[in-house]
Amino acid sequence: MIRLSPKLSQKFSYLILFLATTLAITPVIVIIFIIVKNGMSVINWEFLASMPKNGMRDGGVLPAIVGTFVIVTCTIILTLPTGLCAAIYLNEYARDNIFARVIKLGILNLAGVPSVVYGLFGFGIFVMFLKLGVSIIAGALTLSIMELPVIITTSRNALNSVPYSFREASWALGVSRWQTIRHIVLPNALPGIMTGAVLSIARISGETAPILFTAAAFYVPHLPHSIFDQVMTLPYHLYIISTQIPNMPNNIIFGTALILLVMVLAISFVAIFVRIYFRKHRKW
Amino acid sequence: MSKIEIKNFNLYYTNFHALKDININIEDRRITTIIGPSGCGKSTLLRSINRINDTIEGVHTTGEINIYDENIYDENTDVDILRRNVGMVFQRPNPFPISIYENVAFGLRVNRISTSRSIISETVEKSLKAVLLWDNIKDRLYKSALSLTLEEQQRLCIARVIAVVPHIILLDEPCSSLDPVAIQKIEELIIQLKDRYTIIIVTHNMQQAARVSNDTAFMLFGKLIEFDKTEKIFTNPSKKETEDYVSGRFG
Repeated sequence: MIRLSPKLSQKFSYLILFLATTLAITPVIVIIFIIVKNGMSVINWEFLASMPKNGMRDGGVLPAIVGTFVIVTCTIILTLPTGLCAAIYLNEYARDNIFARVIKLGILNLAGVPSVVYGLFGFGIFVMFLKLGVSIIAGALTLSIMELPVIITTSRNALNSVPYSFREASWALGVSRWQTIRHIVLPNALPGIMTGAVLSIARISGETAPILFTAAAFYVPHLPHSIFDQVMTLPYHLYIISTQIPNMPNNIIFGTALILLVMVLAISFVAIFVRIYFRKHRKW
Repeated sequence: MSKIEIKNFNLYYTNFHALKDININIEDRRITTIIGPSGCGKSTLLRSINRINDTIEGVHTTGEINIYDENIYDENTDVDILRRNVGMVFQRPNPFPISIYENVAFGLRVNRISTSRSIISETVEKSLKAVLLWDNIKDRLYKSALSLTLEEQQRLCIARVIAVVPHIILLDEPCSSLDPVAIQKIEELIIQLKDRYTIIIVTHNMQQAARVSNDTAFMLFGKLIEFDKTEKIFTNPSKKETEDYVSGRFG
């Protein structure tokens, strides 16, 4: 076996580690480059703010943008309070018994269930059984159930990051458990909770499978009137125009992809800025 | 009448028997220190007196701790009120990451002891004066408590306790993260506070016990070995173990 000199092996290892890192980000850069190059030409105000025309081969993507926005908003309104309450219960109240352990294990595992399974579950429960029909609310409920484990996990991490000594100091002053949570734990955990929520929003915005059978419509000639309407959404619209419509102009497909990409990236950047801002202002 | 009467008190962490049949009477307005080697149960005993041990999973107790003839382990005891009467200062200064003023006002506000701004401000001033911090910081009351030095932070933690008007103050190795000059200042403060409060200190520093306390309890392996006047413990202890420990033969 050839033995490399320490100096040479150092250079060699560095090269391999550097190449692996480059390999990881290259596809992302290529994807962004291709989408921007092919889609940029259709992006203008009209594309953003008008309805699709001519069997979707022309016009804009306004209803899909609005639909995605509405469904994501409904989902986060449903998920964040529920998830946060569950996280507080598990972290601050639940004793370490079988019940709590099973729940914690369940939550970890639920986060790994494929999203299409949630889609079918939502179809069975919300669309059929509860007779909500294919609607914004059925889609939002399905997405909520999918996102709940993620919100609970990120919120628990945020609560855990608040030092135990703060809680102890507060209890020792005769402050009750709930008041301690409300006045000491939550304010200090808020940045982490917010970051988790924003990243969840980014993830939900791009999901297709859970809303496929529960909320998404091929084409709706108007913007949604109520949460019981079907909607068009960006990811589903992208799927349709890329696979279901013959003679679809390529630049519209890439333009739609570009808008979805920018939306998700923008939301992620918000999360990053929230985190940086609070890190700078955190005092412990 | 003794203020704190600990009777046949046992404490277990799940299966570990941490405190074994403790019996001790602590008098009013005196400073009592609890000494002993690491792991002897001295902090556990201190933390039993305000029931902060309740928050640790798997802890259960037998026996009684009576404060002014009321058993605090009685099921009707309101633990939050008990903890207001029996304040606690921890090993590491642990001010909240809010302003100096808000730290002291916290207990009053959250417990709704007072809602009047002027009463709260008065109490904050009085408490900070009691710990001799007021003159240094009266111009930066609204700065973060974490901008203070460790010694000042520990003073602030004592002020925070004093603000909710306890009768008893428990200090769990309050000087262990401080430098010698700061230790001396905190000790002076503790001696001053004796006129108004009954004070119990856990320390691993025997010189500190000798300097500040009236009475000393020596613990070993979860048992109370000896409890007496401090001079007696350090000059003429009745038990062999106590003598070995205070003369530095082990621990």
